[in-house]
Amino acid sequence: MSVKIFVPGDSAALALGADAVAQAILAEAARRKVDVNLVRNGSRGMLWLETLVEVQTVKGRVAYGPVSEEDVVGLFEVNFHTGGKHALCLGLTEEIPYLKRQERLTFARVGITDPLSLEDYLAHDGYQGLRKALDMQSADIVQQVTDSGLRGRGGAAFPTGIKWRTVLNAAATQKYVVCNADEGDSGTFADRMLMEGDPYLLIEGMTIAGLAVGATQGYIYVRSEYPHSITVLNEAIAVARRADYLGANILKSGKSFELEVRKGAGSYVCGEETAMLESLEGKRGVVRTKPPLPAIAGVFGKPTVINNVISLASVPIILAKGAAFYKDYGMGRSRGTLPFQLAGNIKHGGLIEKAFGVTLRELLYDFGGGSASGRPIKAVQVGGPLGAYLPESQWDTPLDYEAYTNLWAVLGHGGIVVHDDKADLAKLARYAMKFCAIESCGKCTPCRIGATRGVEVMDKIIANQDRTAQIELLRDLCDTMLNGSLCAMGGMTPYPVLSALNHFPRDFGIGDFGIVKKDAASGGHHA
Amino acid sequence: MSLAYKHEQVAAIIAAQQGRPGALLPILHDMQDALGFIPPDAVALIATALNLTRAEVHGVITFYHYFRSTSPAKHTIQICCAEACQSMGAEQLVKHAEKRLAGRKDGEYALQPVYCLGLCATSPAMMVNDKLHARVTPERFDRLLKKIGGGS
Ligand SMILES: Cc1cc2nc3c(=O)[nH]c(=O)nc-3n(C[C@H](O)[C@H](O)[C@H](O)COP(=O)(O)O)c2cc1C
Ligand code: SF4
Ligand code: FES
Repeated sequence: MSVKIFVPGDSAALALGADAVAQAILAEAARRKVDVNLVRNGSRGMLWLETLVEVQTVKGRVAYGPVSEEDVVGLFEVNFHTGGKHALCLGLTEEIPYLKRQERLTFARVGITDPLSLEDYLAHDGYQGLRKALDMQSADIVQQVTDSGLRGRGGAAFPTGIKWRTVLNAAATQKYVVCNADEGDSGTFADRMLMEGDPYLLIEGMTIAGLAVGATQGYIYVRSEYPHSITVLNEAIAVARRADYLGANILKSGKSFELEVRKGAGSYVCGEETAMLESLEGKRGVVRTKPPLPAIAGVFGKPTVINNVISLASVPIILAKGAAFYKDYGMGRSRGTLPFQLAGNIKHGGLIEKAFGVTLRELLYDFGGGSASGRPIKAVQVGGPLGAYLPESQWDTPLDYEAYTNLWAVLGHGGIVVHDDKADLAKLARYAMKFCAIESCGKCTPCRIGATRGVEVMDKIIANQDRTAQIELLRDLCDTMLNGSLCAMGGMTPYPVLSALNHFPRDFGIGDFGIVKKDAASGGHHA
Repeated sequence: MSLAYKHEQVAAIIAAQQGRPGALLPILHDMQDALGFIPPDAVALIATALNLTRAEVHGVITFYHYFRSTSPAKHTIQICCAEACQSMGAEQLVKHAEKRLAGRKDGEYALQPVYCLGLCATSPAMMVNDKLHARVTPERFDRLLKKIGGGS
């Protein structure tokens, strides 16, 4: 009988040598005449353990990690392929606390199945949401999604059902579903892990979105930095089409939905939805003024649903298990789960899907195990490059959209980047301005000029030239950007800048009793 | 590569994509994949085919960081300079790489910053000629450099 061995094909695993591990396993197995069925699964998301190799045993899957090419012969020596003991053995995968303590709804299959096997997908409850949706009226699908409380996972947290209703009610001969897979936020990789680890889930979610709003064509806009995701998606789309899960007559229902992958070209601002629509149309990724909303006049001027990968991938389980099931997770107006991504200077970095309400401290220490360097954690940036830096005094606030708004912070796409006490928050504030200057689409002055001025001002502050006046200037500049920018690129760059200044004034060369106002909310009121 | 051949190839790429809605980016991607860059003399051909002005096509090419108008170096090394990688020593890695690559022949290596490769829990990260590498220490960088033929 053949042994089933899993070696992830996820980009993070590949970047740590998973292909070499896979080859070594096959070579050694051949040498020892062990019959191996090698599956390239997605990643379990325990990224400090990659390459994480799993072996199917009668008791369940046994994990070994982090495995490198050189470990493979030793693993065979102890018969790891039958679950043998080894220094790298982690026991049953499902029992590893990091995984066991999660609430995996959206990532339920990631790391478990063979991402491209449609049979595997179906055997693990795949396409049950679509089957339900095919028997429903469009308006009822939209209602389910509304009732689930799902809010957009791309950053702005807008209720998904309400967006869909607008598109459903817009009269047009052609409508579109666009998946925002630009995932430009540093510190985030949930979209990537999902596309590489469970592509059919995204395809199913988009198909349901199409049925819900009456759209027959979908586009997945994937950033060019994710070539592997693009390959996986294209293969999965081809398989789904051959099996009639996509195309002109989905499962003989008479309904049609087509899907196409489009590749971005290295522009952060193209993650902003209207810039993305421009880019899809073959133009420069310049932000559009609203109105009209994309839901009314989106890509090619037609009503368009545009949603993040995780938003769309959360839809199948809502349809399969019902809105109430999903809504049961979470707190307040933040319903369901969010795949948090623990990154940067952290011992146990990875993907942690939890219901809203968990605290940063739990993620940093109970899951993350503290900093990678072993030094004290100083600042944590939540929500990508446009998110605030949180000092320790804020780590006990539950991760909830509204609670974070009250801290003058954002959850965004769930990225959490950890910095130890060696970090210089003035330098990071300068970086935030510089990033904005590089990536600004140039449409409005507060962002285009403001960010460039911001870098100059930060340089003076760091060089201690006229510091007091420059800090006043920095606050003025941030105020202009917050209130005068057309989109959140310029409008939220002040979040990392002012939170750094307000919470870590010493890094800006001023004492706690300096001119800095300690009230974070004085930074502005951009929602 | 002769200019005539290039024109033929360029025309074929345009023809293959021309009918798609929003064809410009797919055309530019195919061209860069095939030729390594977007030849400046292709701009007019693309513009004509898509009924755009040359200025419009040029504007799109220059807007996106990914597209280039000159042929690439033999090896492109992109080091992530975003926050998660900064927190794990990306700045030192860039300095190390600059030192190692200083004085090399023109056109052999290009060192570029990127902003996030989605490997933020295994920082610092880099991409060398489309291959991803995570947890890159200076030692690991040197080993990789040696492997692609640049060992010192
Ligand atoms: C500068 C900027 C970059 C953005 N980048 C992304 C991104 O990479 N991925 C994403 O899903 N949303 C991004 N957004 C948010 C989108 O504009 C939009 O809110 C989102 O795609 C809507 O989908 P959702 O409701 O499912 O979140 C960005 C917004 C801004 C202002
Ligand atoms: S804020 Fe910046 S990115 Fe947004 S529209 Fe204005 S210039 Fe463009
Ligand atoms: S921040 Fe460097 S890979 Fe994401």
